[in-house]
Amino acid sequence: MVAFEAVIGLEIHAELLTRSKMFCSCPVVDSTQAEPNVAVCPICAGMPGTLPVINRQAVELALRVALALGCQIHPVSVFARKNYFYPDLPKGYQISQYEQPLAVNGILPIETESGWREIRIRRVHLEEDTGKLSHVHADGEVYSLVDLNRAGVPLLEIVSEPDLRSAQEVRAYAQTLRILLRTLQASSGDMEKGALRIEPNISVRPAGSSTLGTRVEIKNLNSFRSLERAVAYQIEVQVGKLSRGEVVEQETVGWDEAQEITFSQRSKEEAHDYRYFPEPDLPPLVVTPEWVESIRAALPELPWERQRRYVEALGLAPAEARLLVSDPALADFFDRVVGALKRAPARMAATWVTGELLARLNEQGQTLEVLRLSPEGFADLLDRTVEGQINLNTAKGVLQEMCMSGKPAVQIIAERGLEQVSDPEWIARIVAQVLRENPAELDKYRSGKSTLFNWFYGQVMRLTRGKANPQMVREELTRCLEDQVRGES
Amino acid sequence: MSLTLAEVEHIARLARLELSEEEKIRFREQLSAILDYAARLQEVDTRNISPTAWTVNVQAPLREDVPAQGLPTSEVLSNAPQVQDNQFRVPPVLEG
Repeated sequence: MVAFEAVIGLEIHAELLTRSKMFCSCPVVDSTQAEPNVAVCPICAGMPGTLPVINRQAVELALRVALALGCQIHPVSVFARKNYFYPDLPKGYQISQYEQPLAVNGILPIETESGWREIRIRRVHLEEDTGKLSHVHADGEVYSLVDLNRAGVPLLEIVSEPDLRSAQEVRAYAQTLRILLRTLQASSGDMEKGALRIEPNISVRPAGSSTLGTRVEIKNLNSFRSLERAVAYQIEVQVGKLSRGEVVEQETVGWDEAQEITFSQRSKEEAHDYRYFPEPDLPPLVVTPEWVESIRAALPELPWERQRRYVEALGLAPAEARLLVSDPALADFFDRVVGALKRAPARMAATWVTGELLARLNEQGQTLEVLRLSPEGFADLLDRTVEGQINLNTAKGVLQEMCMSGKPAVQIIAERGLEQVSDPEWIARIVAQVLRENPAELDKYRSGKSTLFNWFYGQVMRLTRGKANPQMVREELTRCLEDQVRGES
Repeated sequence: MSLTLAEVEHIARLARLELSEEEKIRFREQLSAILDYAARLQEVDTRNISPTAWTVNVQAPLREDVPAQGLPTSEVLSNAPQVQDNQFRVPPVLEG
């Protein structure tokens, strides 16, 4: 039996986070929230006699992404018309870039099961989004409605080389790219709102072959989960066909979320003929070396660099590093906590941020921005815990109150009398009291039920309202119980 | 350079035009004549000239990213043959 391998390339469209549209000053509105056709002007409505003017910020954001991907920037790039008729495209063409895109030849590092891989980026270019179409079946009538709010919103198209080999790698690539877009504040990356659209091209060939098979493109994927499943499904379909000696037809397919299958949308015979030609309304886009260098100099730490620093310099567990990096806002918060720590180690901060803090955020469906917790205050809490001023369990309660009230840890500890007590005589007295008041449990312990240790420990902590130094309680309890057992034998 | 009838039909389909048989023949002649005229450019020796889409040395001016209100919705829709729920209503489309 012949082994097959999948060859997959990705085309990704990301809406850029500008305030106005790509070629006109219309505001960019949330197309899932705004009333239809409230952000439309003669330019984005495709009125005759209007002229497009390029949004500088869209170019800036595109350059940011291209540079982060290590692309070569074209000092002069050209916009082109991509011609086709569809009601969501008012002009009858989309302004895009074709022969001379803004940037080419980049790399996106992704982490796979077998380590890091570098996926080559073929091109990064700017274009404009289309309007939104709704298909209506009502009262025996069938028609479509067109909302042009989104028409002309800047889009960044990022095309990879066919370097991906599995559905898992496709997902890793898409997720890494989204983290990058968010880190650079270039796009919201929100797939459900359509701000990030991922279109994989999949072909299959005998393993080791260097020729490419016929490719199938998948559209309508609105989550990473659908992406991974649709790609896995499509690979299986193609391997099945080739194994049976059938051929794969070139086509575009959609993903049926409910049935988890792909269905044909367009075959090769109906493929578009876009008749690209240079956009006569826009002179070439010139990007000066000074502009490029100023953007390069202002790039933040990139996600894969950050992940390496967390593991290599801060000693975090790889899983924690990955989790932090996956959320740029959380990682920024973590970095500020680490910067403010005086005694607690960074590893402890990572455990707390990815554990307690994340749990609290998820529980309350909150984001870091609304949380009344400063990184400095959080660092102070961890320092106090390490210093032994409060114990770990108490610290969790203090964190909860800090998040809700915004009070500093020191105030909560004082007000609630939570300060940890490490007085050995006081602890010895309470341990003795607990043993004295629970003769039945003590008998059971002596007769071999050693799991009662934790029960005694719980009793001591309850009596001290959680303030006793846990380490000292354990030591004292161990000593007393051993005495008891020895006294028996 | 003479266009084939199939090419004329392809161009007509791309432009969403329905042509009669008589029109196909007429447009085939006219379009071929236009292409022949433009083809005279092929005679120019361009060996030492780099390709360009622009004959004058200009670069695109850039606009600051400052939003400004566009047209009122009623005006956006004022040319539409059919309007519904503040949107353009068009014949059903599924894939173009």
